[in-house]
Amino acid sequence: MGVEGIGAKVLRKEDRRFITGQGRYTDDMSVPGMKYAAFVRSPHAHAKITSIDASAAREMPGFIEFLDGQQLKADGIGNIICGWAVTSKDGSPMKMGAYPALADGIVRYVGQPIGIVIAETQAQARDAAEGVMIEYEELPVVVNGPDAMKAGAPQLHPEAENNICFDWELGDADATAKAFENPAKVIKLDIVNNRLSPNPIEPRAALGHYNSAEDHYTCYTTSQNPHVARLVMSAFYNVAPEHKLRVIAPDVGGGFGAKIYIYPEEIVCLWASKRTHVPVKWTSDRTEAFLTDAHGRDHVSDVEMALDANNKILGLRVNTVANLGAYMSLFSSATPTYLYATLLSGQYNIPAIYANVKGVYTNTAPVDAYRGAGRPEATYVIERTMETAARELGMSPAEFRRINFIREFPHQTPVIMNYDTGDFEATMEAAMKTADVAGFEGRRQEAKSRGKLRGLGMSCYIEACGIAPSKAVGSLGAGVGLWESAEVRVNPVGTIEILTGSHSHGQGHETTFAQVVSQRFGVPVDNVQIVHGDTDKVQFGMGTYGSRSGAVGCSAISKALDKVEAKAKKIGAHLLEADEGDIVIENGEVKVAGTDKKLAWHEVCLGAYTGHNLPDGMEPGLKEGAFYDPQNFTFPAGCYICEVEVDPDTGVTEIVQFVAADDFGNIINPMIVEGQVHGGLAQGIGQALLEGVNYDETGQLVTASYMDYAMPRAWDLPMFKVETLVTPCTTNPLGLKGCGEAGAIGSPPAVMNAITDAIGNNDLTMPATPEKVWNAINAVN
Amino acid sequence: MYETSYQRPTSIDEAVKLLGDSDGEGKLMSGGMTLIPTMKARLAMPTSLIDLRHVAELKGISFENGRLKIGGGTTHAEIKADATVKQHAPTLSYLAGLIGDPAVRHMGTIGGSVANHDPAADYPAALLAMGATIHTNTREVVADDFFTGMFETALEENEIVTAVSFEPPQAAGWEKFRNPASRYAMAGVFVAKRADGSVGVGVTGAGNAGVFRWKEAESALGSNFDGSALDGLSLSANDMMGDMHGSAGYRANLVKVVTKRAVASAKR
Ligand SMILES: Cc1cc2nc3c(=O)[nH]c(=O)nc-3n(C[C@H](O)[C@H](O)[C@H](O)COP(=O)(O)OP(=O)(O)OC[C@H]3O[C@@H](n4cnc5c(N)ncnc54)[C@H](O)[C@@H]3O)c2cc1C
Repeated sequence: MGVEGIGAKVLRKEDRRFITGQGRYTDDMSVPGMKYAAFVRSPHAHAKITSIDASAAREMPGFIEFLDGQQLKADGIGNIICGWAVTSKDGSPMKMGAYPALADGIVRYVGQPIGIVIAETQAQARDAAEGVMIEYEELPVVVNGPDAMKAGAPQLHPEAENNICFDWELGDADATAKAFENPAKVIKLDIVNNRLSPNPIEPRAALGHYNSAEDHYTCYTTSQNPHVARLVMSAFYNVAPEHKLRVIAPDVGGGFGAKIYIYPEEIVCLWASKRTHVPVKWTSDRTEAFLTDAHGRDHVSDVEMALDANNKILGLRVNTVANLGAYMSLFSSATPTYLYATLLSGQYNIPAIYANVKGVYTNTAPVDAYRGAGRPEATYVIERTMETAARELGMSPAEFRRINFIREFPHQTPVIMNYDTGDFEATMEAAMKTADVAGFEGRRQEAKSRGKLRGLGMSCYIEACGIAPSKAVGSLGAGVGLWESAEVRVNPVGTIEILTGSHSHGQGHETTFAQVVSQRFGVPVDNVQIVHGDTDKVQFGMGTYGSRSGAVGCSAISKALDKVEAKAKKIGAHLLEADEGDIVIENGEVKVAGTDKKLAWHEVCLGAYTGHNLPDGMEPGLKEGAFYDPQNFTFPAGCYICEVEVDPDTGVTEIVQFVAADDFGNIINPMIVEGQVHGGLAQGIGQALLEGVNYDETGQLVTASYMDYAMPRAWDLPMFKVETLVTPCTTNPLGLKGCGEAGAIGSPPAVMNAITDAIGNNDLTMPATPEKVWNAINAVN
Repeated sequence: MYETSYQRPTSIDEAVKLLGDSDGEGKLMSGGMTLIPTMKARLAMPTSLIDLRHVAELKGISFENGRLKIGGGTTHAEIKADATVKQHAPTLSYLAGLIGDPAVRHMGTIGGSVANHDPAADYPAALLAMGATIHTNTREVVADDFFTGMFETALEENEIVTAVSFEPPQAAGWEKFRNPASRYAMAGVFVAKRADGSVGVGVTGAGNAGVFRWKEAESALGSNFDGSALDGLSLSANDMMGDMHGSAGYRANLVKVVTKRAVASAKR
């Protein structure tokens, strides 16, 4: 490895602007004549709109315009789409409830946008939005997934009988039934995966700007995938044609999935800009974010695992109800199906698996992919079940896992996935050593002498990143291909610009992608510029989510670098009068191997652009592009071990140790990977101990601010002990698997396994608040 | 936030006059750490903000005639760091250092906290336990009479909290069980062994009528200043507050546990 190449702990190039407050976010953007928007939102979870009267608002200071669903409909703006068509087990397509960007006569969750007010200032827009008088006829409300399917439950959409959007299955029902015919033991567990709010530090925002002179639209927005936003806004929402719409996602302060989707607000701001002839900016406040950013998780499952007399797993059966919220969002059909049930084999040899998932509508905000997206839910199911099984068998959880580990690769699971590589025993052994599992009983006794209950919990996760082979996802219902594109532009002086379809909103691409280039040509990372987030600059891209920027985005860069390297070698060979096969490029030099004949990298680049002395027939210039379509998902895996101390008097859980041993394949920048793991662990521990979106039975969001939504703080977390082991991915050029979500995927079951071990009661749901833990302790005493 | 106007008096008299002129529509602002967030959430719409931060009479900490007196405009950070407070009431200094976060502590004031009487605010528990007096521009009120209910105090219209004063306790302990989301107290207990030997126990965050004194615990601790004195006691869930973070029954348990811990820390 070079000092700045792959494997080096290069300091993040982007941090200078972030830590000096010079990042430029959507809300920092300003264009001449810009005005401000506020949305009029539903205060009810389910109601008919009987009248809308903006006459008082129109008289208020600074008022410019009020628009609602009637005008939106008249202008032919399309309904919000879901980009992945899931088919129910009876062969019928999923039942999409119509979701106009501004409500059309009925509202189905608190916060649903009904109208937009545009005014001179943000404060005036908000004042006037309050001045819009709306009368409602309230309808009955249901907020809980299983309740929504019950007979007599309030019905949300005429399209979806019993509120069921899809009733989907995966795996072999017959083979699984057979596995349960004669097992030595069956483990049963009811599992709830709590609903979460993503909470990026930067709230969503949009600035829509219609230029009538050019008949051209620009949208600045907080997006993880600006090209996808442009595609969807033009192809489905009819806001603007693709070639006349520029989408810019500048610095984006965190996404965690919530900024993948194309929300009503950006569509409406763009459309309203054309209607009102002024640029329109909207910035969410924190409560709007809690109300309207797509939530994550919210599954209720029952699980059965059949074991043979040697404690080997025979089969797994899982029934899940996934609460989708009031409407479908961009990927909300895929998250609880293809991103979830396909991971139910975990790290284990399970001959038969059957999963049934019912996606149901409720009067809550839409639910979609949130850091981990389906894989945390799968990992929670499997890892809580594994630990429970080991306890019921009286075996050590490590030993039970060990005898069931997959050890040969590639491994075809019964649920679509084909794992290319891994070494599950190695990560488990590494974690157990660091966690000193052998010394745990002694620590438990010592804690007991202080009146504390100490527990140990393990989680061996596997997940799928690098979404995804286009042909495969297309056959499963995806509306788009999931390749990535890159362009490498070498300048005449040898500096390099990388135009990537990936988008960085905290991941550090400006550093890691530059390291990949540095590795290839030996140029300093400071000579490499990463360009992303602007549809007018970057050729195309599918964006960043599902930990795909390394495995897919960097693979595209690598492929484009191959082409640049090949051409540079040709030019070098010609200039050095050598054989092309003898040319090597390293340390910023183009050399003839085994001789002292060489040129500086920039001399070759300059040669490419002067065109004074190129091989016959060669085009001048040094610029290449590539589209990379992955062959397979990648499969990061690892083992997390959590040790807790519970205070029986109050139910407070303290995490006294957290060990993570991850296999992410090859690693570009260990420091950034460590940071990603820390952040993921904080979110996973947040889910296990603190976080939970809470609606009351009338559909009001109780957790609509940080006074009630408990975010993890530094003091809730221990000093993490993280390490990585490497089995390189076999299906992409750099051997990368992805590291962005693993922490959030693997940690919740480790925490819950530890607490339930400490208190001797397995009946505990997330978040394990002090009161719940205290009640669980009292229930067994 | 709704439109408002900003006023900057430099004396208590001027502040009272501005308040009177506002016909009940204006609001005093001390640190603004409660008021401004409420306005941002559009839950309060005062026509004017009367900023007390430039009123010199509200500043200052003194120890005279056996009483510690703290001006209403004193910030939490000042109370945390002040040498006189540390000398005479180290537990109050400790309490101040655990309020909110550094930004809140450098803006928020004891006068604002006392006047606001949030049912989970920290100072009211201490002032009750120590038998403090609240000074206003017109009178002096003992803490027992001052905190009348959730977000309610004995303050009358146009009355301003100017200071608090108390006789430092012989020993005191403060223990705060935090709400996992807001980090305000879900059960905060201040135990004071007063100069006359009696014991005060002030409880915040838990009661359904705001801060309160746990009198049974006070008498038990009065005869035996040790956590074990509380063993037979219990609080009724009917008097406790219940919410999504903790039921009334859970809070009743917490108050007892936390009181024991406060006694233990007072003895250290
Ligand atoms: C993030 C955060 C965390 C917090 N955590 C805690 C905590 O853990 N514990 C805790 O106790 N508090 C906490 N607080 C509240 C904080 O301590 C406030 O500073 C305090 O409650 C109010 O004081 P203030 O000076 O900011 O008052 P302001 O917000 O200025 O005023 C509050 C109210 O009192 C009135 N008022 C102010 N001064 C006077 C006066 N002298 N006379 C009469 N009326 C007056 C105002 O009109 C207003 O109605 C927190 C606040 C925040 C924002």
